[in-house]
Amino acid sequence: MTATSHTPGAAANDSHSGQIQYVTVFIGGQLFGLPIHKVHDVFVPESMTRVPLSAPEVAGVLNLRGRIVTAINMRRRLGLPQREGNHGIMAVGIEYRGESYGLIIDEVGEVLNLDAAGREANPANLDGRWAEISGGVHRLSGQLMVILDVERVLGRMQGDMAA
Amino acid sequence: MDDLLREFLTETNESLDTVDVELVKFEQEPNNARILDNIFRLVHTIKGTCGFLGLPRLEALAHAAETLMGKFREGTAVTEEAVSLVLQTIDRIKGILAELEAAEGEEPKGEDRDLISQLEAMSMAEAAPRKEPPKKEKKETAGTLVAQVLERELRPGEVSLDELERAFRETAVEVEIADEPAAADEASAPAPAGIDFARVAAEIEARMKQAAPDEKPGKGKASAEDGEAEAEAKSEKGSVSSQSIRVNVETLEHLMTMVSELVLTRNQLLEIVRRHEDSEFKVPLQRLSNVTAELQEGVMKTRMQPIGNAWQKLPRIVRDLAQELGKQIELEMIGADTELDRQVLELIKDPLTHMVRNSADHGLERPEDRRKSGKTEKGTIRLAAYHEGGHIIIEIADDGRGLNLDRIKQKIVENGLASEAELEKMSEGQIYKYIFAPGFSTAAKVTSVSGRGVGMDVVRTNIETIGGTVDLKSVQGKGTTFTIKIPLTLAIVSTLIVESCGDRFAIPQLSVVELVRVQNNSEHRIERIKDTPVLRLRNKLLPLVPLAGLLKVEVSAEKSEDEGFIVVMQVGNVTFGLVVDGVFHTEEIVVKPMSKMLRHITMFSGNTILGDGSVIMIVDPNGVASAIGTAVATDTLDSHTDADAARGVDNDAKISMLLFRAGSPEPKAVPLSLVTRLEEFEIEKIEHSNGRDLVQYRGSLMPLVYPNYDVRRREEGTQPMLVFSDAGRSMGLVVDEIVDIVEESLNIQVGSDVPGVLGSAVIKGKATEILDIGHYLPLAFEDWFKRKEISSAALTRKLLFIDDSAFFRNMLGPVMKAAGFDVTICASATEAMRLLGEGAAFDVIVSDIEMPVVNGFEFAEMLRRDARFRRTPIIALSALCTPASIERGRQSGFDEYVAKFDRPGLIAALKEITSADYGIAA
Repeated sequence: MTATSHTPGAAANDSHSGQIQYVTVFIGGQLFGLPIHKVHDVFVPESMTRVPLSAPEVAGVLNLRGRIVTAINMRRRLGLPQREGNHGIMAVGIEYRGESYGLIIDEVGEVLNLDAAGREANPANLDGRWAEISGGVHRLSGQLMVILDVERVLGRMQGDMAA
Repeated sequence: MDDLLREFLTETNESLDTVDVELVKFEQEPNNARILDNIFRLVHTIKGTCGFLGLPRLEALAHAAETLMGKFREGTAVTEEAVSLVLQTIDRIKGILAELEAAEGEEPKGEDRDLISQLEAMSMAEAAPRKEPPKKEKKETAGTLVAQVLERELRPGEVSLDELERAFRETAVEVEIADEPAAADEASAPAPAGIDFARVAAEIEARMKQAAPDEKPGKGKASAEDGEAEAEAKSEKGSVSSQSIRVNVETLEHLMTMVSELVLTRNQLLEIVRRHEDSEFKVPLQRLSNVTAELQEGVMKTRMQPIGNAWQKLPRIVRDLAQELGKQIELEMIGADTELDRQVLELIKDPLTHMVRNSADHGLERPEDRRKSGKTEKGTIRLAAYHEGGHIIIEIADDGRGLNLDRIKQKIVENGLASEAELEKMSEGQIYKYIFAPGFSTAAKVTSVSGRGVGMDVVRTNIETIGGTVDLKSVQGKGTTFTIKIPLTLAIVSTLIVESCGDRFAIPQLSVVELVRVQNNSEHRIERIKDTPVLRLRNKLLPLVPLAGLLKVEVSAEKSEDEGFIVVMQVGNVTFGLVVDGVFHTEEIVVKPMSKMLRHITMFSGNTILGDGSVIMIVDPNGVASAIGTAVATDTLDSHTDADAARGVDNDAKISMLLFRAGSPEPKAVPLSLVTRLEEFEIEKIEHSNGRDLVQYRGSLMPLVYPNYDVRRREEGTQPMLVFSDAGRSMGLVVDEIVDIVEESLNIQVGSDVPGVLGSAVIKGKATEILDIGHYLPLAFEDWFKRKEISSAALTRKLLFIDDSAFFRNMLGPVMKAAGFDVTICASATEAMRLLGEGAAFDVIVSDIEMPVVNGFEFAEMLRRDARFRRTPIIALSALCTPASIERGRQSGFDEYVAKFDRPGLIAALKEITSADYGIAA
């Protein structure tokens, strides 16, 4: 489960050029990076509709400019405790297999330009849930950025449903 | 003019235009094989279509042109002459088409021999090596001619039978109409046989004309004149072909989606205006609303097709069936031009075909039987379609014998769908509806037509998937009428918006029968039977299910359970009430597919955006209906466990217990039926060997087991013991004293952690330890449970064992485990149902009969009603083994009925079932 060094998603990113742009987000204090070409938009989810009987990670469905978006609670997906207190929530809109998803995160950070060569494999002892959806780690000054592999975040969930 | 012809005209005109352009291009670059191929293909298609439609003139022309182009393909030089000849032919075809259109589908009379002979001449000239003497050529062409004629005869074999059939029918009609004119003008009679003669004639002429090719210009002029006349005809009447264009379905779908979005936006605007009373937007919005509605209707129309398209194959099917079954059948089709959504049409095709087959096979009688019952020999199947509200009603009626009520009743009982007593109370209509139950077929024998048991339930399922319903009426001796009600379109659905626990849900109106408001003090109030909520509605009991419960949404404690609304829904033949907190309005919504991540939730069929911009989940009535059986049971369980415990004593059947003492003054007990024999052995006879006590018993050694160390080993006299035997092996359980045999209901009140003791129960007013014989048996023979009982087939079998009595759970559980089953034990039917509802699958189910809340009979009936468990073997275990109860068990759907203490019987039954139904687990 751990240390899958090379992922299809990451491989696709590498091929562009030496540099990859990441949209960074914070989930539970950890910095994550999503390859910018995967990110459709960043929005504030409003009036979310709960979906009874759905997987716990599914926060609900919402209307984003006439499209129905399935919101994924990333804290739950990562096995983190729910955020306490009253915070505004943010979501990163992504397209996956022709459907719209919103990954609910704590905060959006800046866009970083990183050297593809600087990406390192997941540490072997990384939590299984994290390793499953992480496409590697970047060492930044002062903190580490975990690459969120969108395919795996959503692919695993869709796969689970089919099973 | 019929649709097929109209389509043909549009298509052919388009093709011909392309051919025109391509031919010109081809002339310029004669070596471009791609262009030639394209032309060839188009002309070939036209020829083929004309053949199907019975248009001999066009076909002959197209054929001749094709032949010539075939030669081009083979590599003969392309001359200007040849190309213009082909172009001329194209013009002629166009002319004929225009006339055809003007004459509403009748091919104009006339001669094309001029062109054809030129074309054939040309192709033969091309075919022949140029420098060969003409005499020889003649013979060669004669040879090809014969081949062509033959090819012509065989060609129909190339097409699918259906199309051929259709062409046949249409040809027949045309001939009827054209009969008189044809008689008047024999030479040009468009009889199919005439073509060959014409061809032969043309061929002969062509051969002669090779000597005199000069005739061409004159003929060309004639055709030009024809063209002029045709042009006039065209200008007089706007032609169909120019009025219709063909649009890619995708474009239409996109348009549809956009209109749907527009409808949603309009709804949002209307919602806003509703909140502001005197808005200046009101009037323009009203206008927008009307325009939107019209636009929506218009776009919907583009998706509409006449239902006749789905009926096209039926006449042929009925004709074949009539022959096969030796019946005379007339198929009447009324309202074939009733239009409905393309998508719905596709989905309804198969069910319709199936039902017509059924009517022909089961419904209609043989001619002799019909005569006997005073009917005409010819049976009639009537198909009728018409609009009603937002729905299409399709009726399939036959004037046959009607459904056989007794046979259906018998089947219902055989299949355990309902008991005879229940049937007594049902109306005929209700009983008839059982033919839609899965696996239900009353056909006495399997014919190639029907009777395989996969019939009406598939029809019903198909119709229900598109939100339709199917109903039937039958009168003995008079016939049967099926009525299908389907929505006009699937794209836009009228729904009822309801609220449950703060969330809103949309319920499709189609399945909503009525709304009932319930309050504690009102006429309609929720009543409970064993905590199952029900509603008295017009002298009927309606089972109720809270929507919140179905969706497993947490219910706030203070909310009154008995106030709210009941949405009475009907899905197929199941009617139930969905309890919701509030009902808002109805809204037309555009169903959007759910994300793949949510598609596994069967309770919802989709989602949509409401007028206020929020997303709402659409409840799937089918999903709810199928969940209802288990949900009703699950719902009652939690609140009931206390009550069950309290009256547990009454529910337990009385069983005979053997009381004895062993090691302590307190009495111990085992069920008497487990004990094979009571014996007393002389102390001297007890032998010690290999650290164990044994006695010689009936020619073999029987090991003795002491329940505990305190059992007194007597020094003299006799030692009492209980002998347990199973499959030739025996074990002696040494006791101090056998006290009594009593009949008591066994209710283990205090469980035990001590191995070998199930727990304590009150027997004869005294706390009594109940021993677990299953624990001692392996002490005597380590392999007691590991012997022949373990058949290889059973090893992987999953078994569900339900018994409310802890004693039997502990007693029989290990026995079945030992027999090689993977045993899951449930303490109640409701627990088992919950387990099954969660998707657990079992190969065999063993259930107690006497259980509180849901007894074994009810449990089995419930299982049998669910498609998933229809075939799962179920074995009944009961203390009560009277013929009546066995019969009741059979009716409820049990495969076997075994007495509770008949352990070998149980094992035998399990073995038999698992080996007989070897295929079930696969």
